[in-house]
Order: sequence, then C-alpha cells, then structure tokens
Amino acid sequence: MSATGATILTPVSGRRRRADRTARGFVLALTLIAIVPLVLILYFLVREGLGAWSADFFTTDPTGRFLGDPGGIRSAILGTIEMVALASAIAVPMGVGVALYLVEYGKRSAFANAVRYFIDVMTGVPSVVFGLFVYIVLVVTQVGGTFAGWKGSVALALLMLPVVTRSAEVVLNLVPGSLREAALALGAPRWKVVFRIVLPTALPGLVTGSLLAVARAAGETAPLLFTAAFVLGVNGDLSQRMNSLPLQIFNDVGQAQDRLVQRAWGAALTLVVLVLALTLVARLIQRRSKLA
Amino acid sequence: MEAGSLTTRGERSILERSPRSRAIDPLLRWTLTGLAALILVLIAFFFVRLFIEAKPAFDAFGYLGFVFDNSWVPSQDLFGALPLVVGTLITAGIALLIGVPIAIATALYVTELAPTRVRQPLVITVELLAAVPSVVYGLWGIQVLAPRLQGAERWFNDTFSFLPFVGGTVSIPNYFVAGLILAIMILPIVSAISREVMSTVPTEHKEAALALGATRWEMIRMAVLPYSRAGISGAAMLGLGRAIGETIAVTIVIGNAPDIGDSIFSQGYTLAAVIANEFGEAASDPTHRAALIAAGLVLFVLTLVVNAIARYFVNRAERPAAVPKGMAG
Repeated sequence: MSATGATILTPVSGRRRRADRTARGFVLALTLIAIVPLVLILYFLVREGLGAWSADFFTTDPTGRFLGDPGGIRSAILGTIEMVALASAIAVPMGVGVALYLVEYGKRSAFANAVRYFIDVMTGVPSVVFGLFVYIVLVVTQVGGTFAGWKGSVALALLMLPVVTRSAEVVLNLVPGSLREAALALGAPRWKVVFRIVLPTALPGLVTGSLLAVARAAGETAPLLFTAAFVLGVNGDLSQRMNSLPLQIFNDVGQAQDRLVQRAWGAALTLVVLVLALTLVARLIQRRSKLA
Repeated sequence: MEAGSLTTRGERSILERSPRSRAIDPLLRWTLTGLAALILVLIAFFFVRLFIEAKPAFDAFGYLGFVFDNSWVPSQDLFGALPLVVGTLITAGIALLIGVPIAIATALYVTELAPTRVRQPLVITVELLAAVPSVVYGLWGIQVLAPRLQGAERWFNDTFSFLPFVGGTVSIPNYFVAGLILAIMILPIVSAISREVMSTVPTEHKEAALALGATRWEMIRMAVLPYSRAGISGAAMLGLGRAIGETIAVTIVIGNAPDIGDSIFSQGYTLAAVIANEFGEAASDPTHRAALIAAGLVLFVLTLVVNAIARYFVNRAERPAAVPKGMAG
C-alpha cells in the first residue's frame, strides 16, 4: 500500500467526463425545448390577436352573419365575467368551508380522510364530465328552462371546488397552532378563533388559491358547451343562454372564414390576458403573505 | 357553577359564555361538517346519475360491447366506442412519450444543474404553460402547428413507412398533432411534481455520491433518479390522467373521424372529443345521448383508475420512509 495522494485522487477519466457533459447538454437541450411552445404560443397570440383588437372589437356583439361584419366579443367578455363571478360565489365559500372543517374539526378522522380522498377524485374528473353531469341534472330535467348562464356557473363551480378546497387546506394548516391556543387560552370560543384568528391570518393565501381557481375556470370551455350553450347578444340575465370567451373562440375556430378565425385570435388574446392578470395578482398577493 | 362564580350579572357568571355564543360553536361545527358531507353525497349522486343515464346504451350494446365494438355510426344508431377508446389511448400515449422526458429533464435541470439565478424564472415559465386555456391550445394547434408540421410529417411518413403505424395518408388534423398539443399541456404538472419529488432527495445521498468522485450526471443517476423513481411515475400517471380527460384542444385538432386510423397521422376521435362534438345533435336522440353519457362514464372510470395509481405512487414518494430498495439505511 504505497498509495500516494495523487493515485487516490485519480482525475475523472475522459470517458466519464464526456458522458457527464453529453448528459448535461441533453438535459439542458430538453429544458430549452420545453420553453419553445410557450414562446411560440405567445408570439402568435400577440401577432394575430393584436390585429383583431380595436375599439369596436370590445364594444360590439358578434353578429352571427357569415358575410359582412362579424362583430366583436362584448357579449362573450361580459358572459365570462358574469358566469365566473357566480361560480366563485358558490365555490369559494363552500371550498373554504370544507377546508375549515378538515383543518379545524375533521383533522385526521376517517371521515375527514374520506372527504380528502373524494376531493382528490374531483380534481381528476375531466371538465367535460362535469358539464355532462350538470346537463343531465339541470338541463335535461328542464329546471328553469333549458340552457342557462347559472347552470354554466354550477358546472364551473364544481370544477373550482376541489382546487379551492385543496389550496385553502394547505394555507389553513400553515396558521400556527400557537395562535389558536393563545386565543382559546384567553377564553375565546372556537367560532371566534376561526373567524377572528384563523381566517384573517390565512386570508392572503385563501385569496391566492381562489384567484388561481377563478383563472382556471375562466378558460374552461367543455363544461359550458352543454350548460350555458351559446348566444350572440349581451345577456345580463343568468337564467338565459349566455355567451362566453372560450365558447366564442371554439365556435369561431370551426369556421372556414378568415375574419372569424381572426376574431378567435383576438378573443384568445383577451382571454389569455385576463387569465394571466388573475394569475399575476394571485402570485403578488401570495408574495405579500406572512405565512409560508 | 355557584361555587366558581365570583361576580354575577343576573344568574350567569361573567366567566361563562352567553347562550348565543355557546350556540354558535356547534352550529359552525355542524354546518362545516355538513358541507364536507355534501361533497361525498355529491360524488355519489354524480356517479349514480351518470350511470342511470348511460344505462340504455349499456343495455343495448352490453358493457363490453360498448367499449370494444369498432363501430361508431350515430346515423345507424350503432355505438361501439372502440375507435374513441383507441384514439384516447394513442393521443395520451404520444403525449406521455414526448412530454414526460422533457418534463423530467426540466425538473432535473431546475433542481440539480441550473445556476440559482435562472431557477425561479425557469419554473415560472413552465408554470405559465398551465395558465393557457385549453381552447387557446386548440386554436394555436390547428392554425399554426398542424399546417406547419405537415411537411415534416409527410417526410417522416415516407421515410419511415416500414415502421408500424406509419404510412398511408397524412391529414392536417391527426393523432400526432393532438398528442403533441397534449404533451405541451401536461408538461407543467408532470414537471412540477417531479421537481417536488426531486427536491426531497436527501442532500446526504447526493453529497455522498459526489464525495466518492461521481460526476454531476453520475450523481443524478445514482442518487437522484433512483430515489425519486416512484414520484416520477406518479407524476407521469397524473399527466396521463390529464391527457385522457382533455377535451376542447383535442376536439379541435384531431379531425373527429370515428374510425381507428391506420397511422398516427390519420384523423381520429377521443372519448372526450366525441362528447363535446356530438352533443348538439344527440339532444333529440335518446340512444345517442345515452351513448355519449356512457362514453363520459367510461372516461370518468378511466381517469379514476389512472389517478388512483398516480396518487399511490406520489404518496409513496412523499413518505420519507419510502426509500427504494437498496437505498435504505
């Protein structure tokens, strides 16, 4: 054993070094490939979409005419805002409520775990199946007419519910137990602890999770297809058929008409700007949160 | 009660809560429990209603017949969903083949190789893909991607026509384009979960590999990949679940032809796309409607199974005790 330092620290052989460099280069190349689609999508969205944007584009309704002026997307924007607002009004309180149950009361009980499991199941259900369900339960049975904006909202709410619940549960779990114990030790009843301590502390995180769910719902097409159906004009009444941005795009893509396809690009850019704005606001709020 | 009361206001100790305050506690508790129970009821109701509505189709064609008959001809009231099932599996398979390696590479690069400065921007860039709505992917796919890919597809088709599932005609909307779009769409989720799993690899394992003289890549191969294998499988399965259920983007780029195409460049159909596409015409035909709902049910069960397997893998990876065999100790 006359091993000197030099023989122990043999330099990495050329073959191994080459393998290392090749593999790292390969991983980097694949990572760069992953960025390409995003760049391409954004590039074409901006290039084609901006061409369609004009003042009229946002202030007129689609005319439904194949010749002449196809009209803008006002009814689609308003419809999306209305339906998503109602869907959030249903899904956010319910989702936060379920999460509160899981964190404050259910904890690790068998029932709470079952609820968690089925929330996960709901996350995996394809959105088109939710649309189908609402169609069967509310549209076929003619509850208040056939297609209606509020039925679209119900389908969207079903989609948002698991997202809101899961994110709310994570945030509520981050509220330090010592805060709850301090309040309880001072004699505060449980409900006061929940409303005065837990919810305010978790608020920014809850808002972030809800906004991300809203962003997801705003881009969904499939559940609206057979619940809110499609209509041209502006409609403030949620009990009637309602237009929406994704549906407008879906309808226009199928047309062999350049101007309709161009309207689809304009509407798509509008929708992406809307969704990205929501996502951005959600992230900013998250950054300001004191938890996590 | 009397013994403990120091000062009384009326009959009640000031240390005692008002009856109203005491009533709120159980009220809140049971309201929230009720909400949670509602979820279970909702899912049970969901499943039962779908099944009842789909029953006529299963009665007419049999459970196996519905799934495995190769004949989807609504005009003749023939509903065998095999072309749809096959289309779903082909597109999802292509999506996994293309999307998963890229997602894993991205996750590896971000967690192990990238300079700290570019990590966060890279993560955000990949996450942004998840913010693009499905219908926009469809629009981009059919207007930009499909026409531009056609030349390359033709060349590939002619050059490699000896391969199985290659050769024949190339149509603009086809299985491959749909699979490619799906690959982009599942990238964020597969990458995010792989990243999460890789970040749980103990630093000691990695440092041990490096201390023994391993290069970075050998460290990744010996320490990172074996440890996170289960989690990565779970991530891929979650991606599969997404790809199977994705509707609108696929409907736009797959061509909607209810036959099993002879190559990956022919038009096809998927379970989700058939529901989105044929619902308008099916409203008046009860058998057709039942068949579409049955297709939805098959889709639902398929995603349920895939997601259950995915969750098993991810949970196993997230438990710290779940060190793969040979790595324990």
